[in-house]
Amino acid sequence: MEKLIVLCLKFIILCGTVDAVFEDQVGKFDWRQQYVGKVRFSHFDTHMQSSKKVLLATENNVFAAINTRTGELFWRHVDKAGQEGSIDAFLQHGQDAVLVVGDGRVLRSWDINIGGLNWEIVLDSGSFQSACLVGQQDNVKHVAVLKKTAISLHYLSNGHQKWIENLPESDTVDYQVVYSGGNGEVYALGVVPHSHITIVVYSVEDGEVVKQISVEAPWLSDIQASCAVVDQGILTCVDSATVSLYMLDLHVQSQMTQIPLQAMLVSFATTGEKTVAAVMSPKNKTASTLNLFSAETGRRLLDTTLIFNMDPYGGKPEKLHVQAFLKKDDSVGYRVMVQTEDHTLTFIQQPGRVIWTREEALSDVVTMEMVDLPLTGTQAELEGEFGKKADGLFSMVLKRLSSQFILLQAWVAHLWKLFYDARQPRSQVKNDVTIENLSRDEFNLQKMMVMVTASGKLFGIDSKTGSILWRHYLDDIPSNAAFKLIVQRTTAHFPHPPQCTLLIKDKDTGLATLHVFNPIFGKKSHVTPPTMTQPILQSIILPLMDQDYAKVLLLVDDQYKVSAFPSTKNVLQQLQDMASSIYFFLVDSDQGRLSGYRLRTDLSTELIWEVVVPTEVQRIVSVKGKRPNEHVHSQGRVMGDRSVLYKYLNPNLLAVVTESTDLHQERSFIGITLIDGVTGRIFHNAVQRKARGPVHVVHSENWVVYEYWNTKSRRNEFSVIELYEGMELYNSTVFSSLDRPHAPQVLQQSYIFPSSISAMEATLTEKGITSRHLLIGLPSGGILSLPKMFLDPRRPEIVSEQIREENLILYAPELPIRTEWFINYNQSVSGVRGIYTAPSGLESTCLVVAYGLDIYQTRVYPSKQFDVLKDDYDYMLISSVLFALFFATMISKRLAEVKLLNRAWR
Amino acid sequence: MARLLPFNIAVVSTVFLFVCTKSVCCNNGRRVGDALDTEFSGFSVPLEHSFEVDDVAKFRVRGALLLKAGREPSVLLNQNQLSEEDRTKLKEVAAVDGLYRIQVPRVFLLADRQTERQMEGYLTAFVRACAMVESHLSDSITLHTDVSGYLIGVSIVTLPGACRGTEVEDEVDLEVFNTTLHVMPPVNATGPGTAWFIERMEQESEKKSKNPQEQKSFFAKYWYLILGGAIFLMASNSAQPPAGGGREQS
Repeated sequence: MEKLIVLCLKFIILCGTVDAVFEDQVGKFDWRQQYVGKVRFSHFDTHMQSSKKVLLATENNVFAAINTRTGELFWRHVDKAGQEGSIDAFLQHGQDAVLVVGDGRVLRSWDINIGGLNWEIVLDSGSFQSACLVGQQDNVKHVAVLKKTAISLHYLSNGHQKWIENLPESDTVDYQVVYSGGNGEVYALGVVPHSHITIVVYSVEDGEVVKQISVEAPWLSDIQASCAVVDQGILTCVDSATVSLYMLDLHVQSQMTQIPLQAMLVSFATTGEKTVAAVMSPKNKTASTLNLFSAETGRRLLDTTLIFNMDPYGGKPEKLHVQAFLKKDDSVGYRVMVQTEDHTLTFIQQPGRVIWTREEALSDVVTMEMVDLPLTGTQAELEGEFGKKADGLFSMVLKRLSSQFILLQAWVAHLWKLFYDARQPRSQVKNDVTIENLSRDEFNLQKMMVMVTASGKLFGIDSKTGSILWRHYLDDIPSNAAFKLIVQRTTAHFPHPPQCTLLIKDKDTGLATLHVFNPIFGKKSHVTPPTMTQPILQSIILPLMDQDYAKVLLLVDDQYKVSAFPSTKNVLQQLQDMASSIYFFLVDSDQGRLSGYRLRTDLSTELIWEVVVPTEVQRIVSVKGKRPNEHVHSQGRVMGDRSVLYKYLNPNLLAVVTESTDLHQERSFIGITLIDGVTGRIFHNAVQRKARGPVHVVHSENWVVYEYWNTKSRRNEFSVIELYEGMELYNSTVFSSLDRPHAPQVLQQSYIFPSSISAMEATLTEKGITSRHLLIGLPSGGILSLPKMFLDPRRPEIVSEQIREENLILYAPELPIRTEWFINYNQSVSGVRGIYTAPSGLESTCLVVAYGLDIYQTRVYPSKQFDVLKDDYDYMLISSVLFALFFATMISKRLAEVKLLNRAWR
Repeated sequence: MARLLPFNIAVVSTVFLFVCTKSVCCNNGRRVGDALDTEFSGFSVPLEHSFEVDDVAKFRVRGALLLKAGREPSVLLNQNQLSEEDRTKLKEVAAVDGLYRIQVPRVFLLADRQTERQMEGYLTAFVRACAMVESHLSDSITLHTDVSGYLIGVSIVTLPGACRGTEVEDEVDLEVFNTTLHVMPPVNATGPGTAWFIERMEQESEKKSKNPQEQKSFFAKYWYLILGGAIFLMASNSAQPPAGGGREQS
C-alpha cells in the first residue's frame, strides 16, 4: 500500500511538471532562425537552367543550399565543430558536390538536389592544399587532391583512389594549386615565394610526370590567395601592389602577360564558353559599381554595370560570388552575391536591385540582453504630465484634460482597428513590426533582443517575431575581442532614453573601448564614453544611479585605479559616500589568484583579501556569481514536521570552478569552491575526483548545479550543492557578508545524466514564486527543461511520512530525459553556445533565447500558466451560462411575484 | 530517530565536512606517540596582523602557526598578548570602522624540506576591527588547503560577528586572543549513489520473487475472470440467433 501511494505521488508530481506544446501552439510563441555562418566557398548550381540553388560551405563547418529567389535554406548539414569538421575545398560537378573536410582527412560527395550523401572516403594523412575535378571532353570522371607532398586521383563516382604520386622537390616548392584542363593531364602548380612558379604535369591514366616547367613570377607569394585558373588553362593572377592582372596559358606559354586594372574586388565566373571577371570598384562613400570584364581579352563588357549601395550600418564588401548566365542575345548577364565584412550576404540583380540579404553574423552571437520596449506615445504623454513641474492650477487642469482626450482618441482608434481587423480573414491581418510602432504589450512579453556578434555587428531583434529592427556594425573591432553588454538605463525612466553600453576589450592588450547606444533604435548615444588608456581588468555595474537614472559603471584598470562612467559630480559624490561599502573582486586565472578589493573615497582601491590556487595543481576555469536581477520569493523550505529550513541567500557568493592540470583519468579532478566575494571567506571547498571538464555551472538562489565528465565511469554527471542556514535565521532583516559568523550547511547530491550538454541556464521569473527549471542545450539540438526538483540534495533514499508530506521525489541515480520536456519540439537548434533567460511581466512566464548557429526564442512556464487563462478558454460558454442564469433569475423572480400575488388574492 | 530526519543522506556530506575539520583549539599537548614525529616534521610560519587608523596595511607578528605536515595536517597556534599600545590602537581603529587584517604566507604542507614549503606571496583575510573588539578578541581562523596540501586561503570570523557599538570597558578583555583554529582540506564530493540503488533494486526483485502471490502464472491468478468472461460470451452467443432471425423475418 505504501509503495502504491508513493507511486501515485510520483505520478502526480511528474504530471505536474509535464509542460509540452500543443500542436496548434507550434510557432505561436516561438520562432527559429537558421544560419550558415561566414561563407568560405560558394557555387551556383548551373547544371539545370531552372535551378535556383546556391551552395555554400562556411567557416562554421556548414554545407548548405540556399534558394536564390528568396534566400531561404533548402537543406543544411552541420559538421563537427573545430578543425575536425572544417571544409577545405568544395568542388561541384553536375549534381555532385565534392568536399574535402578536416584538413584533407575525408573526401565526401553530396547530391545537391536533396542534400544526401553519395559516398565518403578517408584520405591518407597529410596537410591539404588543393583539389580539382579532372575530366576529358566535358566528361568529368575524377577528382585530384593535392597535399603537401603527394597528389592523388579519385573516381568521382565512388571515391576510390586511382593513383597517388609524390611531388618532386616538395621541400622547397610550395605546391598550392592543382588544375586539369580536360586533355588527359593534371597540372600541379607550386610556388617558390618571390621567385618562380613550378608546374608539374601528370598523366591522368597512370600518374606519370609528363613535363615539368618553371615560370618567373617575382611578385607572387601565394597562388591560392591571388590567382585562379580560368577557361582553357589560363592562370590569371591579381597583383594588388601594382593593381594589375597577370595571365599565363599553362599549355603553351612560359611568360606572363600583364594587364593593368582599377579595382577593389575581383571574382571569376564561367558560363557556357565565356569566362568573365566581375570587378568591383568604389564609386563614392556609400556605393560601389560592379563591371564585367572578359577574362580572355580583359575588355569591359557593355551594359554590365551594377550599383551596390552599401549599408551605412554595415561593413565594406569583402568577397564577390558571381552567377553568370547567357542571355537570349548571347550576351552575358549576371547576378552577384556580395559578402561584406560583417558577414552579410546580399544577392543583387542588375541594375542594383537587392533580392535578399542574410545576416550571417547572427550565427556567432557572443552575448545578448533583453530590454523592455518603451511605452507608447499616449502612455508616455501621461507619464510626461507627472514628470513636468507644476505651473498653476488652470494650466494643470488643461493639461490633464488634453491628455485624457488623447487617451480617449487612442482608445477609439484601437477599437476601430479591432473592428476593422475582425472583418478581414485572419491570414490577411498583417502585424508588421517596425521600429516606429514598437511598444510594450500588456504583460511585457515582447522585448527587444540586443545581440552582439563576434564580427562586431550589433542587432536589435523583436522577440515576438524575430525580425531584425536595427543593425549596427562596429568596424574597428579587434579580432580577438571580448564583449560585455551592460544595460545602464532601462526604458522605465521616460523621458530619458534607454542606454546600453558595450565594453569591447582586446584580449591581448587588455585595452578596452566603450560603445554607448540606445538599445531600442540602435543609434549611437550622444553621451561620450571615456577614453581608456590603461588596460581594463574588471567592470562593475553598481545599483547607484546618477541624476539621469543611468546606473554607474565602474572600470578598474591595471593600476587598480577606478573610473566611473558616467562620471558627473553627482556620481562622484555618491561614490564617495558609498565607497566603504563597495567591494569587488578580481580573478587572475594565469596566476590562480582571486583577490578582493575595497573602494576608497579617492577612488583608489585597497587589497583586503587574497586566495591563491596553485597553478601547478589546478587552474581556475570559471567564476560564477548570481544574477543581479534575480528574486527569491521564499526564504526557506517547509519540511514535513512543519519546521522551516532556511536558505542561505548570500548575494555575494561566488562559485569558483577549477580543473586539474593533470589530465590522467585516474588523477584528474575538478574542484568547486564557494567563496564570499566581499570577505573572501571560503564556505565550501570540494573536489570531484576522476572528473574532467568542460564544466557547466549554474549558480542561483541557494544552489549551484554543475555538470562534468566522469572519467572512470565514462559518463556525464550532474551535481547539486544547496546551502542552508539551518532551522533559524541569523539576521532575518538584512544580509551582510561582514556579519555572518556561522558557515552554512552544505548538502550535495550527484546524478547521472544520459547525454552530454552544450549550454545550461536556469529559468528566471519576475518575483521568483514560480518553481525553477534548468534549461539544458543538448548537442542533438534539443533544449531540455529539467525541473530543479529533480536536482535536490534532499531527495531521500527511503520513504517516510515526512518525506511524503514534503513532496520530495525518491532518489534515483539517473536523471530522466523525457521527450515532453523538450521545449523546442522538432525545431532543433544547432550548436547551442548559450541560453539567455529573461523574466516577463507575467510571473508564470520566462522568456528563453537559445543561440548558437541558430537562434531560437520561446517562452516557458515552469509551473504552468497559473496566472493566464488558456488560449482555448471558452468565453462563449461562460458568458452564455452567465446570461442564462441571469435571465433565469429574472424570470423566476417574476413568476414568484405573480404566484405571491395570486396567493394573496385567494 | 535518525530515520525521521528528513535530509539524512544529504547531511552525510555536511557531517563528513565536520569530520574532516580538525579542531585544534585545545590541542596544546602532543600525543605521546607522535612526539618525535612532530618534532621532526613540524615547522612554524608567522601569523601576522595589521590594524591601522589610515587603513594602510602594516603587518606585525601576532603569533606563530606550528604546522605538522603529513597525511592529516594539523596546526598549533602560539599567540602573543596584545600590548597596551596595540589595545588602544585597536580601539581607535574600531572607532573609525577600520579593518583588522591577518595574513599567513603561502605554504605547502606536504613537502619534506623547509625550502620547498614556502612559496612567495601571502594569503590575507580581514574582519571589521569593531567586531574584533566587541567579541573580546574571540575569533575563529580557518586555513583551507587544496587536494595536494597547498594552503589556498585563510578566513577569519569573530563570534559574535556583529558591531553593535557596545563599549568594551575592561582593558583586560582585549589582552588575550581566544582563537579557534581549523585546517580544512577539501571534502570529496559524492558521486551518484549507484551501488546503493542497484542493491535496492535487487532487494525489491528478490522480494517479488519470494512473494508467492506474484509468482503465480497469469492463468492461475485470473482464472475466475477468464472463466466468467468465457461464460458470458457463450451466454450472449446462444442468445443471439433468435434475435438475428427475428430481424431477418421483418
